This record gives sequence, C-alpha cells and structure tokens, in this order.
Amino acid sequence: MEFLRPTSWSEALAAKAAHPEAVPLAGGTDVMVQLNFDHLRPAHLLDLGRVAELGTHERDGAQVRIGASVPYTTLIEELREELPALALAAHTVASPQIRNRGSVGGNLGTASPAGDAHPALLAAGAEVEAESVRGRRRIPIDDFYTGVKRNALAPDELIRAVRVDRATGPQQFAKVGTRNAMVIAVCAFSLALHPDRRSVRTGIGSAAPTPVRAGAAEDFLTAVLDEHRCWETGRPPPPSAAARFAQLCAEACRPIDDVRGTADYRRHAVAVLARRTLHWTWTSYGERARSTEGAA
Amino acid sequence: MATRATKTTDTTWLRPTGTPGGIGESAPRPDGTLKVTGEFAYSSDMWHEDMLWGRLLRAPLAHAEIVSLDTTEALALSGVHAVLTYEDLPAPVRHYGLEIQDTPVLARDRVRHHGEPVALVAADHPEIARRAAALIRVEYRELPVVTDESSATAPGAPVLHPDREDPHAPHVPHPNILHRQPVLRGDAEAAAARADVIVRGDYEFGMQDQAFLGPESGLAVPDEDGGVDLYVATQWLHSDLRQIAPVLGLPEERVRMTLAGVGGAFGGREDLSMQIHACLLALRTGRPVKMVYDRFESFFGHVHRHPARLHYEHGATRDGRLTHVRCRIVLDGGAYASTSAAVVGNAASLALGPYAVEDVALEALALYTNNPPCGAMRGFGAVQACFAYEAQMDKVAAELGLDPVEFRRINAMEQGTVMPTGQRVDSPAPVAELLRRVKARPLPPAEPWRSEGADGPDIRLLPGGLSNTTHGEGVVRGVGYAVGIKNVGFSEGFDDYSTARVRLEVLGGEPVATVHTAMAEVGQGGVTVHTQIARTELGVQRVALRPADTAIGSAGSTSASRQTYVTGGAVREACVQVRAEVLARGRRRFGDRHPAWSGPGLGLDGGKVVTAEGEVLAAVADILGEEAVEQEVEWRHRPTRPFDRHSGQGDGHVQYSFAAHRAVVDVDTELGLVRVVELACAQDVGKAMNPQAVVGQIQGGTVQGLGMALMEEILVDPATAQVRNPSFTDYLIPTILDTPELPVDVLELADPHAPYGLRGAGEAPTLSATPAVLAAVRAATGLALTRTPVRPEHLTGSG
Repeated sequence: MEFLRPTSWSEALAAKAAHPEAVPLAGGTDVMVQLNFDHLRPAHLLDLGRVAELGTHERDGAQVRIGASVPYTTLIEELREELPALALAAHTVASPQIRNRGSVGGNLGTASPAGDAHPALLAAGAEVEAESVRGRRRIPIDDFYTGVKRNALAPDELIRAVRVDRATGPQQFAKVGTRNAMVIAVCAFSLALHPDRRSVRTGIGSAAPTPVRAGAAEDFLTAVLDEHRCWETGRPPPPSAAARFAQLCAEACRPIDDVRGTADYRRHAVAVLARRTLHWTWTSYGERARSTEGAA
Repeated sequence: MATRATKTTDTTWLRPTGTPGGIGESAPRPDGTLKVTGEFAYSSDMWHEDMLWGRLLRAPLAHAEIVSLDTTEALALSGVHAVLTYEDLPAPVRHYGLEIQDTPVLARDRVRHHGEPVALVAADHPEIARRAAALIRVEYRELPVVTDESSATAPGAPVLHPDREDPHAPHVPHPNILHRQPVLRGDAEAAAARADVIVRGDYEFGMQDQAFLGPESGLAVPDEDGGVDLYVATQWLHSDLRQIAPVLGLPEERVRMTLAGVGGAFGGREDLSMQIHACLLALRTGRPVKMVYDRFESFFGHVHRHPARLHYEHGATRDGRLTHVRCRIVLDGGAYASTSAAVVGNAASLALGPYAVEDVALEALALYTNNPPCGAMRGFGAVQACFAYEAQMDKVAAELGLDPVEFRRINAMEQGTVMPTGQRVDSPAPVAELLRRVKARPLPPAEPWRSEGADGPDIRLLPGGLSNTTHGEGVVRGVGYAVGIKNVGFSEGFDDYSTARVRLEVLGGEPVATVHTAMAEVGQGGVTVHTQIARTELGVQRVALRPADTAIGSAGSTSASRQTYVTGGAVREACVQVRAEVLARGRRRFGDRHPAWSGPGLGLDGGKVVTAEGEVLAAVADILGEEAVEQEVEWRHRPTRPFDRHSGQGDGHVQYSFAAHRAVVDVDTELGLVRVVELACAQDVGKAMNPQAVVGQIQGGTVQGLGMALMEEILVDPATAQVRNPSFTDYLIPTILDTPELPVDVLELADPHAPYGLRGAGEAPTLSATPAVLAAVRAATGLALTRTPVRPEHLTGSG
C-alpha cells in the first residue's frame, strides 16, 4: 500500500488522476476503521491532510461552502444559525473525538445510507463540488447518491467542498439509535421549511439503500400549506394533514431488517419523526411569523 | 514454608490510628495515576526484541467437518515462521477447559461454533500473519446446527460431544444437555393447592458480552531449556497454568506465568484465549511471540453470558405470602463446557431469589449447542434467574393488588432463613432493609428537561438524548424495583483458597512490608486493598506489591466476588503471623524493659510496637535490625458441600450478597426509546474496605445491568448460529450519556465468618439493575416485556 501525501489541491487531483483507485483519507474516522478490520486494502491511500483549503468554509451568496475536510465540530460551533439541520446532524455523530476529525466530505465519499449528514443535506438543499484534473462541477445532492455506498463521483474526482443552502426557515434533524450517543442511525429524518420558495424538503437516512427524499410527502405538504394559507398566517397545517405527511414519509422508505432494527420499526419511527419535526419546525415558523407581525 | 489456616487468627488488635491508608479508608489505587494518564502498560502494550506476531485462523461456519486443510501457501509467504494445525500439537493432551477438558486447542476434523480456532500462524508482522492465515486453505463440509433446546434434543439431533466422559454425562437426560441440577424442597404440589393466585410466565434473556476494553493479549518468551515465560492478562494465573502445561507437554514449573496489565475482565478472562497458542508458536519458532486480538476477534475470543429461557410459576395467598415456586431454567452453554456446570449450580440454587419459600420444585440445565460458548460473566447464573423471578414478583403483586415493594418485604428472606437447598443463612441478609432504603429515597423531579427560562427543552435529559427525537412528546415516567441474591466465592465443595506471602523488613531505616500474591488485578482494586490490609495489620506506611506470578501459590480466581474475601483473608492472615513474629522477637529483645511486653493487646502502629493504650514500647526498626520477617499462608474460607444430584440439597455456598435497585425511567412510548433517569442502589458489603472503590464496583455493576436491560446483546443467527454483530458499532454498551445518576447506599452489617466482616460486593448490583429497569419500563408502558434486552421494536409493536 502506497501512502500519497499531496501538499496542494492540484497535486491531490494529479495523484487521483494517476491512481483513480486511490482511497482519499481526511479525518480517517471511517477509512481507518475499515483498514483496521481488513475490509479495505487499497493500493494507494491519498492523504488530504496537507491540503489546507479543504479545511475552510465561507459564505457564498445563498450558500455556505464547506471544505471537504471541515470537521463536524466546526459545523456545530460556527454554522448552527445558517445550517441548523446539518449542525443538529453533526451533533449526533459519534463522540467528540470523532467529531473533531470526521467531516461531511467523508460522509459523502463513503455515501453510506446511515451517514448522519445526508438527510440534512437533502432537506436543506446542497451541491457537491467535485473536481478532477479535467475540471470542476457541481452535483446536486439529489443526484449524488447512486446506490448502497455508491455516489456520482467519477473515478478521478475528489470532493472539494459541499455547498449547502443557507436556511431561510426552521430546520430539524432527528435520529433514532438504541443508545443516547455514539450510535449508528437505526433511521434518521430531516425536515427543512423553505418559506422563500414556499416549499418543504425532507431527507431520510438508514431506511432505504441510499439516503432519500420523501418526494410525495413534500408535494402533499407543500400543497396543503398553500391551500390553507399557512405560510401567510403562520398557522399549522391541520392534524390530519400532518398525519398524512408522516404516512407518506414512511411510504418513501424501503428499509430492511438488520441487527440495528426491523424494517417495520424504521417505517414506524420515520413517521413519528416526520410528525414531530413538522410540529417543531412549524411551531418555530409560527412564532417567527407572529413576532414579525408584532414588530410590524 | 507455607502454613495452613482455616480461619483468621483471632486478634483483639484494633485499627491503628498512626498509620493512614488502612482499611476503611478510600486509599488511592497504586495504579490509578498510571491508568488515568495513559502510562499504564496493558498486556497489548508489551514488546520484546525479535518478537513474532501470532494469529489465528478461525472457522467461518458454526458446524462443519474439516475435509482438508492445506498450509502450503501460507508457509511459503515471506516473513512467515510457522503455521500450526492440530497435527502439530506436541503432546497427547490436546484439549483444555476450566471444568471439563472438552475444548480443542485447534480443531481436528470438526468445528462446533462460529470462530473456533483452526490454525495458527507466526510471522514477522501482524499484517503478514493476517495474510498468511487467509492463505490457509480449509475445505469444510457444512453440518446442520442445533441452537436451542428443541433442536438440540430433537430425535436425530447431531450430538456435539458423542464420547463424553465428564462427571455429568452419566446422569443427563440427553447428551446435548451438559448438566442438569434439580432443587426440590417441601411439597410444591401440595402448596400450590393452598395458593389463592398462581402466576406463570415465560422469560428470555439475551446473550450478553463482558465487553472489556483491553483485548485478549499476551507475550510468550521461550527459554533456553525448552520452557516458556508467559506474560498475559488473565483472571487466574494458576488455573491457566494447569490447562496450558499439559498441552505443551511441559511440567508446570517450566511454564512461568506473570500477570500483564489487564484491561477489564468481568468473567471473560476465566477461560483461556491466546495463552496456549502463543506458547506453542514461541516453542516452535524459538522466538518470543505476541498475540493481540482485534475487537472483532475478541468477540470470538472469549465466552459470553449464557442466554436463557426461563419458565416460572409462583403461588401466593391473598395476604401476600408466597406458597411455592416451580421453575425451569434452560441456559445455552454453546459448543463447549467452560463453566456451564457451575453456572447451572448457581442458577438452580439461587433461582428463587432472596425470598423465604418452603415448597420449591425447580431445575436448571445447560445445553450444548452450536452457538458461541458461554461461561463466566459477572453474576454467574444468578443474573438470568433474577431477571425472571423479579418480573414474577411484580406480576404476583399486581395480581394480589399489593405494592410490589410491600409484597417483596412480606416474603423477604433474612438471617436464619433456610434456602431451597436446605442451607441456613447464618449472617445478615437485610433484603427488606435494602428495599426500604431505595424506596425511601426521594424521587427525582418529573420532566427534568424543562428548565426555567430556557428556549427549549434540554434534549440531553430526554430519551434519545442529543439525537433529538423528542421534545417531550410521548414520554412517560416509570418506576421499578428489584432485589437479588448472589453467592460469594467458589461453591459446591470447591477447595477455594488463596496464597499470600508477606515480608517485613527495614529499608532506609523504615519498616517496609512487601505483599506477594498471584491475585489477578483486573481493575477491581485488590492491589489497593492489599496495601490497606498490610498498613492496618502491620502499622507500616510503606507497602510494596510484588507482581502477580506463578512463583507463589494460587490466589484463586478474580471472580465470584471473592478476592477481597479470600486473598484479602490470606494477606491478613500472613500479616497477623508476621506481626506475631515481630512481637515475639521484640519480647525476646526488649521484654525486660517494660511489663506490657508480657501482656496481651500489643500491636503495630506507625512503625512502633504500641500497647492498647497507645504507649510506645519499641520501634519495629530496632526489633528487626537487618533481619526480615516473612510468612506465607494458604487461606481458606469455610468449606462448602456439593448439591445433591437429585434434590439439590446441600450447604453449597459460603456467603450470600444482596443488592436492591430502584430504577426511574422516562420512556418515549411512541419511539420505544428509554432514558434511565436514576438507578439507585442499596447494598450490604459487610465492611467497606475502601469506600470509594466499593461504590465504584456497585456503580459499575449497576451500569452493566442497565446495559443488559436496554442494549447489550450478541445476536446469533438462529439458522446458521453465526454471530451477527461482533463489533462495538453494533454491540452497544452504555455511554456516559446513557448513565444516569447512580446514588449508592452502602450498608456495613458484618458477617462474623468473613475477614473484617466483609461481604463480596462486585456482582450483586449486576443482578438487580436489569430487572429494576425492566420493571420501570413496564410501569411506563403497560407492556409485559418478558425479554431482555428490550428493544425499541418491542416497545412499539413493530418487531
């Protein structure tokens, strides 16, 4: 096994072009576990630890651009206001030590259906900035997950950054695990209200071969919110609509039975989380709407 | 010269006051600073010049014939020094085992469980060893598996061990039943007729793992004469030695063992793991060989707690008195015997719990199956029963309309109660008092997540914690109680002794005591207690501890809550004899200078000989001069007797230990997630030798019981008998965020038969924590919950 240590982004891209099978390594919280368990023995490891720009983030218009190696801890500490769902998701990742090393870039690279960041990225709206020696492109998050632990990157591409839409409304993320910390998701759910577009987006984790959105549920809820003029009034959608939304979210799942939980439980739990996060986000939207009214 | 003593020499000497750090004080651990600063050398940290790395190839199937085995490619790999199979074993003895020698060192023609050792590699580097193991070609022919009582005893079921010669073989109903122990007392049939209510229940207990953090590891160093030095993390050096030497074809004196740093044990290091394998490779290659399991392998490298199915019938009269208990406990011993027979003895003799019932008919048995071998784990057979009988006690109380604590109080055993084995309990048994104490404790506040003036709930205080699954929706509080009984020490007639050597000498003008035992310090704090005992008995400040090794006689196992009792008893007795010798020498030298020399009540304190009134007669340094005093003793607790094979009658246990818990839980009833809010414990320890350490033991045992209630389970595929979750990713143990407030109420009711009146403390809290949590979850949900650990799908009907 050869250990490649590029000192710049261009060197890293050149190395990836020369060795497309090379496994990129940043925090090492996933790759090193696989190496230790002998699940992974690549001919080349591509250490991105010296590529400084991967560790920075900045505001770019309506988005926050997060370098591929930015650790979860930074998201929790610095981006809670702008990316609330992602910050909540980051807080559920493993332990403080792992959060100091692990990154959203790594989550995307592995593309596990259980990755904690994915539901939040799907709900918030995001683009993955991929680059190779051939050039740079942005992959919409909806097109990024292509199969179990597979993503839309070409063999010579690396993740440069992820661009996440800055929140324009309340967002939530909730994850079910069988202990209260340091646990792989049995299932996870994220909901983002986008009042600027009068739409909602969802993300579901660990309940299908890939992270998925509950498209039918989003369409249904968007229509209900319009019909009942909820965006204008700040009033919540009727309880029957919340129940229907939850049911449609459960129907978007294609879960399996495994050691972490049953398929039935996952569907059930996603429905509960969908109903609860809708209540939480809408309560918060309603309070903001009322306080804006009050100010006006 | 070893002297034998069956009881501690009577001494009127009181605890010295001029020697701090004696018994009853929270003396700091001698290894504490090293452990918290990361400097402590655990067994996996060992290194030797020129050493090789050993690696096992383990069976991927749970039951198969080995059709062929070819090591050619592995041997050809550069950097490989040896590949060993069954054919290479050097001696006629090719099996080992704690009670029954039925476990192959390496498989010959058949593997009986997933992960069974098949071949061994020694190589220059662990990665080369791993590659070489993967190059060993093994052809298997898969055999049908037996995984539970019905498949193991079905007509035509494959027999795991067809040629059994063990002592249980002649009287078990089926060759796949390893051991069966009935306990019959009174007339349960007749008593049942007097019952106003009869409550039955079937219960299931999952397979728990010890989940110690330091993986199995050790270093074997060959000597020039064909012997070997083995440094290893274990619970009992001499038991290892007894099993290792015959397989190596060596007399025991040519296998010298030294305890290496142990990172937790909980029963999982009672059986051998890599000991014989490392020695075989070292002797074959003539090089030091280190073996360290990774976490994955560790799940296959030690036995687990027996999963169990339990059927109980309790009868009671309207006024809340138990009439009788009938039960049947089926433990899954897995493929090899390990300590299953002793676990059966415990399960049977403690099946009733800490209650006085005169009419009892029960049996416990262990199966041979193709599941992973099961053996010792903290609580040892008493844990499974406690889960079931405490569920039953709640069920009967509900049937009678009685408060569950009051119902337990009515039936609580006490000193003088006769156990179902016929043994009269002859020391304090404060069962009702322990329950009273946990119940009297104020309840923690409701809805702790609501805090004044805050924006939203403090989600850390809700079920799900930082996973943000509820802000209070669906959350219901529940409270539950449980109490348990555990035996202390080895039972059923086992010759349970410890050896200790204590030396007192003057170094740099100051008396220094040196304590030498073979006790395995696995984290329990025995080393601290030994220094405390030496300070108290010898009145010296400086106490040195020799490394535990086989240069001295056995200290018995660090298990069964026995080490402070038995090896502590041996250290105390050796100290008493050293003190007597010091006083005798003092008398000879200075006896004519003070009349008190000829009287009773002299002791050692602050490096001086002092009278009971505190008058100083002489300095120990002046008495000893250049001549050390040294005494070695072998010390035994009172003997026990085997249980009668048919009736289970017999004084089988030496001491009993009791703990009670109250669990307060918040359950998210919609998601099936549980947060334990508080898990309060009251326990009698006879004498808190080190109050801080004993509270630590009680809290640790409590959390291990909490884990068993809510998350800890090795999942074995019933169709293939393969382990599905051998990792800390999927075998979950509680984190600090799952650990609630753990208030502990320590009682000190002396046992007159035990050194210092102490009572073994390490295991009892593991028993009652699990059923207390389950009872609380039942109270919150109204569900029957007959299985532990309870999973979210069980609480939401989505299993």
